[in-house]
Amino acid sequence: METGLTSVDIESVIEEMANQLALQLKQKNIDSPLMIGVHTGGLWVAERLHAKLGLTKPLGEIDISFYRDDFTRIGLNPQVKPSQIPANVEGEHIILVDDVLYTGRTIRAALNEIFDYGRPDSVVLAVLVDRGGRELPLQADIVGMKLDLSPQKQVKLSGPVPLALETNRI
Amino acid sequence: MNICIKGGRVIDPANGRDGVQEVYISKGIIQGVGEAPKDFRAELTINASGSFVMPGFVDLNTNLREPGYEQKGTIKSETKAAVRAGYTTVCCSPNTQPVLDTPAVAQLIIDKAELAGYAKVLPLGALTVGLEGKALSEAYALKKAGCIALCQTPNNMTSQVLRGALQYATTHDLLVILKPEDMSIKDGGCVHAGVISSKLGLPGIPTSAETVAIAQIIEIAEETGARVHLTGISSAKSVAMLARAQFDKLTITADVHAHHLHLTEYDVGTFDANYHTSPPLRSQADKDALIEGVAKGIIDVSSGHQPHEVEAKQAPFPSTEPGISSLETVLPLMLELVDDGLISLTQVVERLALSPSKILGIESGSLSEKVAANIVIIDPEAQWTVNDENWQSNGVNTPFWGQQMTGMVTHTLVNGRLVFEK
Amino acid sequence: MNSSKQTASTSFKAPDSSSLQLNDQGRLRHFLTTENLSKDILTEIMDVAESFSSVADQAVKKVPVLRGKTIVNLFFEDSTRTRTTFELAAKRLSADVINLNIATSATSKGESILDTIRNLEAMHADMFVVRHGDSGAAHFIARHVAPHVSVINAGDGRHAHPTQAMLDMFSIRREKKEFKGLKVAIIGDILHSRVARSQIHALNTLGVQEVRVIAPSTLLPSDTKSLGVQVHGDLRSGLDGVDVIIMLRLQRERMGGALLPSEHEYFECFGLTAEKLAYAKPDVTVMHPGPINRGVEMDADVADGKHSIILQQVTNGIAIRMAVMTLALGANRASDSS
Repeated sequence: METGLTSVDIESVIEEMANQLALQLKQKNIDSPLMIGVHTGGLWVAERLHAKLGLTKPLGEIDISFYRDDFTRIGLNPQVKPSQIPANVEGEHIILVDDVLYTGRTIRAALNEIFDYGRPDSVVLAVLVDRGGRELPLQADIVGMKLDLSPQKQVKLSGPVPLALETNRI
Repeated sequence: MNICIKGGRVIDPANGRDGVQEVYISKGIIQGVGEAPKDFRAELTINASGSFVMPGFVDLNTNLREPGYEQKGTIKSETKAAVRAGYTTVCCSPNTQPVLDTPAVAQLIIDKAELAGYAKVLPLGALTVGLEGKALSEAYALKKAGCIALCQTPNNMTSQVLRGALQYATTHDLLVILKPEDMSIKDGGCVHAGVISSKLGLPGIPTSAETVAIAQIIEIAEETGARVHLTGISSAKSVAMLARAQFDKLTITADVHAHHLHLTEYDVGTFDANYHTSPPLRSQADKDALIEGVAKGIIDVSSGHQPHEVEAKQAPFPSTEPGISSLETVLPLMLELVDDGLISLTQVVERLALSPSKILGIESGSLSEKVAANIVIIDPEAQWTVNDENWQSNGVNTPFWGQQMTGMVTHTLVNGRLVFEK
Repeated sequence: MNSSKQTASTSFKAPDSSSLQLNDQGRLRHFLTTENLSKDILTEIMDVAESFSSVADQAVKKVPVLRGKTIVNLFFEDSTRTRTTFELAAKRLSADVINLNIATSATSKGESILDTIRNLEAMHADMFVVRHGDSGAAHFIARHVAPHVSVINAGDGRHAHPTQAMLDMFSIRREKKEFKGLKVAIIGDILHSRVARSQIHALNTLGVQEVRVIAPSTLLPSDTKSLGVQVHGDLRSGLDGVDVIIMLRLQRERMGGALLPSEHEYFECFGLTAEKLAYAKPDVTVMHPGPINRGVEMDADVADGKHSIILQQVTNGIAIRMAVMTLALGANRASDSS
């Protein structure tokens, strides 16, 4: 494990993300969005954003294990959790929250899953860390922080309390 | 040819022999044991030191499969397996296709066996036409054609037909060989009704499927005076019933398949079709009682040889055909019981050779002078693996495949002719 | 050496259930029986099923996890109900499904099961869901399939019906939260029931306090106690203080086979009525695999009453089958790549 990121005050990064989100929602005239966090790290970030923004609709959870594109290579994630998304997302404005944006495959899977629940009016993506290295044409609307990491490194959010970022060499 | 078997331990309970002696053979006949006949000059001397010299074994019920089921075995392949296993005479089951219920089929089998030139084959005629359990077959014609006894498997006769058939057999003084099995109690069962049938949900065969049939046969045999031999018994209760019948001086005998002295229902494991046998493998207590029955001379030992093609065992367990290709494992399995101190070597000869010969009323099973030289020489220490290299039967359906066996036949003589040599 | 001799194409000592069902990493590769599977594996099946239960809430009731996989429902014995739940489960996983009702016709034409299997493998099937009238049929097929193919037992003879048993376990867990301390009674035709055998193994592995079977002795196996249960011939004493009652189906053909005198007498002795239900715990859960013979196995008011979770069982059955299919195909792939 390498240090260097431990000094980052994650709570204040999330505070800044909340401010940006509030601004965007106001600009887009969205008053009652549906926030969905991606298991597991994205959900921790989403819980904080949800509280800071004082959203009224309950926080949704999504586990993308059944939507991954690498099932045939690695099999089923043993810690798969049920997704908890309102049965109908038709017409909703969704804020999708994840911890780390890397290749874009997780977000692709999450979007597919959300669309299997219905057709939302819009989706914005908020991520705590954008580490580059995209393999799909996706980008986040709200980015807490950007990191420039070599492909040999892995960045991981630990939590739920306190939240901390770790980088490991793989 | 004049043959001298030298230096072997001669075990011949019929004549009270057990010791190193020479055996002298000429013109297919045993001319002397111990002392050489006058002017005897051996053309062939077999060195049997360290080996056992015994009378050749006699099997009371072997399935040779020919005619009709040549995919499973032929008279040639299975009699070759027989002599490799130490059997010099085998009684062949009538459940061929066509059924052995006419002199023509009996003659065909005798001719083919002579042509093959391995073990002597004594045909068992079908007790009923087509083995259908309804009409009596022509017992006298079958006897004239060379059938040593009549046989009915499965036991599909009504009590009335069974009684009539046994009564008629006495007219021609024919032995009747029956497999004791009450088909209505068996009711499609395929394993012993016990722990394994309960666990695997396999239809069970209660012990009463056998004992009810034995009780019925004993009563009818007593009333009609028929000579009856029961082949393939499987339970402790059956041994007790036979002991009682023999105590009552009834002429009823029985045999157990050698593998029933070694295996139990637990060997079925998880649907292993090589352990699908008929009668089924039963409990440990049954196995122990069967061994005791053999040791006490209440029952003899047969092979229950049932060779199958590979496909016969390649189906879900209940749909596989029952039976083991068993001729070639009888001797090592019996020697294992000797090793375990459960029976003596003398008893091995009695149960495999002497007693079956007496039941059939044939001059075999002994090394008496002036009788046909049906002799087997056994290396009791030789180890061999049950594999393609050693196996002779066309049927490889044995649960002992790949296992190591101790005790091997090195020479077999049928009518003084060396028909097998390792 | 005999030139015409046949050679053995298979190993002669058949592997036992656990080594057959698990891959070299101990993951479920085939699902043939609940016997000899660990508590962890049974719990994992239920946990994954729990995740899949949300799929039914989606507008598109489908996840793409088994996209591109071909699942063959190989039914040698007709059962529309069971086949439908497997088919629905496979389709919710986005697999392609082929239904083959072989019901003895192909085999009577001389085609062996192995020929059928080889043919389907040549068409790149990834999984066989097997229903067969012979005990041991699923084991037999699992022993002979290509390494990349998984086998799910959808009922073999009287032996096992593990997915039905696991959906019952899943239903019990959803009702009672945990298995520890539970007393469970299974009522009916234990002898012929593949479901009961699978339930008994699973309940004992999951650690219930007591499993009882309640049946007339003609409908009990030869050695029932060896299955790890207590045997009751009287419904009232058998139901005393139980938390869960599992009813079994009674086939009509049992009447007249010297097993039972009449449906009327069976109902009188073993039929579940409100009066008899009172002997169980007040919060008892009543289960039945369906379809119910009302007035033979149980009274209509019990079947439709507040203790009954019979319809939830059907819903849970789909999630369990989705879980088993995903785990088995996942384990097969995971062992390929290692």
